[in-house]
Amino acid sequence: MSDFLRSYLTVGIFLGVAVVLVSALLGLSSLLRPSKPTPQKSIVYESGVDPVGTGWAQSQIRYYIFALLFVVFDVEAVFIFPWATRLEAYGLFGLIEMGIFIFILFLSLVYAWRKGVLRWV
Amino acid sequence: MEFVVFLIAGAIVVGGAIGVLAFANPVHAALSLVATLFGVAVLFVAQNAQFLAAVQVIVYAGAIVVLFLFVIMLLGVDRSDDLRVEPIVGQRPLALLAGVGVLAASLVAVLSAGGSTATRTVRSTAVAIPTEEPDVTSLGRLLFTDHVLALEITAILLTVAVVGAVVLARRPGRDEPSVEADVEAEA
Amino acid sequence: MGDPLYAGGIGLTVVLVTLLKVLVTFVLLLVATMFMVWFERKIVADMQHRIGPNRAGPWGLLQTLADGTKLFFKEDLLPDRADRIVFRLAPVLAVVPAFLAFAIVPIGGNFAEGGTVSMFGRETFLQLADPPVGVLFFLAMSGIGVYGVMLAGWSSGSKYPLLGGVRATAQIVSYEAALGLSLASVILVNGTLSTHQIVAEQAGAGFGGIIPNWNLVVTGVVPAIIFLIAGTAELNRPPFDLVEAEQELVGGFNTEYSSIRFALFFLAEFMNTVTMSALVVTLFLGGPSGPVWGPEPVRTWFFPIFWFLLKLVVFLFVFVWFRGTLPRLRYDQLMDLGWKALIPLALGWFLLLGAVRVARNEGWNLVVTFGAITVVVVVAVTLLNLSLRAAQRQRLADAEVNA
Repeated sequence: MSDFLRSYLTVGIFLGVAVVLVSALLGLSSLLRPSKPTPQKSIVYESGVDPVGTGWAQSQIRYYIFALLFVVFDVEAVFIFPWATRLEAYGLFGLIEMGIFIFILFLSLVYAWRKGVLRWV
Repeated sequence: MEFVVFLIAGAIVVGGAIGVLAFANPVHAALSLVATLFGVAVLFVAQNAQFLAAVQVIVYAGAIVVLFLFVIMLLGVDRSDDLRVEPIVGQRPLALLAGVGVLAASLVAVLSAGGSTATRTVRSTAVAIPTEEPDVTSLGRLLFTDHVLALEITAILLTVAVVGAVVLARRPGRDEPSVEADVEAEA
Repeated sequence: MGDPLYAGGIGLTVVLVTLLKVLVTFVLLLVATMFMVWFERKIVADMQHRIGPNRAGPWGLLQTLADGTKLFFKEDLLPDRADRIVFRLAPVLAVVPAFLAFAIVPIGGNFAEGGTVSMFGRETFLQLADPPVGVLFFLAMSGIGVYGVMLAGWSSGSKYPLLGGVRATAQIVSYEAALGLSLASVILVNGTLSTHQIVAEQAGAGFGGIIPNWNLVVTGVVPAIIFLIAGTAELNRPPFDLVEAEQELVGGFNTEYSSIRFALFFLAEFMNTVTMSALVVTLFLGGPSGPVWGPEPVRTWFFPIFWFLLKLVVFLFVFVWFRGTLPRLRYDQLMDLGWKALIPLALGWFLLLGAVRVARNEGWNLVVTFGAITVVVVVAVTLLNLSLRAAQRQRLADAEVNA
């Protein structure tokens, strides 16, 4: 068994314990709790009136923009981490590279900002 | 031990991949995709590519699939689509053909190049991956020395993606800062 | 590198120590979570001149247990329009990552002397796991935790949960970007991704021998503040609790949940709060490091754990204080704060820190470096402004031609 798997084995055991606890809670509860379903109970909540439509309504496209910007900045962070761990090794060249990289990605935020899609009306 | 991990992770990967294809509900399919990505991350860990594994979960499972789910919710896709309709004529046979082709190509590649342990040893010494070094260090060294241009192009690519999405998503008229608004801001 | 427990082969002692660590971490997290629920109710009650829970057990300490038991025996309702599989899966997806994220937090160990403790004659870290990419492990787990909220909202087949879920997801991912970028400053200063080494870097005396060598000081406070704000938003805690803004969304993503499944969401939320506080302590306040005195067991066991728990409670209090003091933000304010303030600030600060460190490493004059940074920033801003002006002129010209 290799070193790296060893350090994750504890995480694996922890995961196992967590899953066991959650399933034990769910299982025990399902044995002990009452269950008397009626049609009235299984109606979804809509402020006391009968629900209209399917409930799977469409969401707005704004959310998509934010999710995409999140992807961009997540990827950016992922590229930043290797540089941040050893920036002394890359010196000035690495710094300028990173500056350009961040600047280009910042432009995307500025663009979205200027075009008003970050504004939540 | 590694073999057991490989078996479990491999089963998760394959099961998830089958789920992506088999589930009619797009949200279930996206969840299966998460399982697949997670299994791949475990395989990365087993290969001591820990940084890559973390990135796999953070970027793919944590961001890309969330983006997919947003799109699914955006379209308001209900529980299942009618699978009998073919939007493009002859789509299914073509997909089958392409799938078989890709499978054959990858099989040939694996069997001819990576099949025997002898070739693998030769190749790994040629690339000379230092096993003691954490992969975040070696990745960083490659990124900030040899592949700097690729890094910057990635940045530009991502920016272009945002620009494209903004252009598509913007509702001209109400959201757009119109020319008049700009003039007013100037004055 | 890595936990010395596994340096020699695997024996019975190693297995026992590992299992003990798993058990202790598990119990600690659960007890801390239950304590946090009680603590929050009690402190908020104090701030509002109420008494708060005082019936179950001494000072109402067992109130959480009583509530949990009540929920445990309640009937579970499953809306007929719900997606049954995903509806059942979502609480599990919320709780399990919340558990796992705590695994990388160093709980004790005297970091001035190596950070290890002795257990049954074996040296080990007082933390469950120390993967070389520890902080990324935390980011990955909080990334997975989003699914619990998002899928709970979607699978209910109801409108309020859907709105709440989508809103929550957009909020969480927005602030996760800021969280990751403020984390980058810590990584830059410490040069490592492992939580154990991040704490080890912060041990010992810092500037002037009085101010501790914590990242809070070393990174210049700004990343810590960004991390704390982004963390609060990530947890959906007040003043960023738009997810369950009851005036607008009833209960948010968990409106349709009842019984034990609701309890699981509740558990996950407070567990995440504890983990986030522990992480702020680990990343910015030196984790268990602090002055230690006395003979051996007190020195390596008592004081580090005491300092860690003390700092943890301070941040738990800060989270409650936020809730007791600050009014809820509006959604547009929330998004503005995340994207237009925190992310640019985090990026700028990160580059500044990087420049200063590279300059110090190369032995440049710091004054000249600051001058150069200022020039670069001014040039960049001017160029950006000029290009925006040019684009605007272009559009005006186009508009005239078209008109």
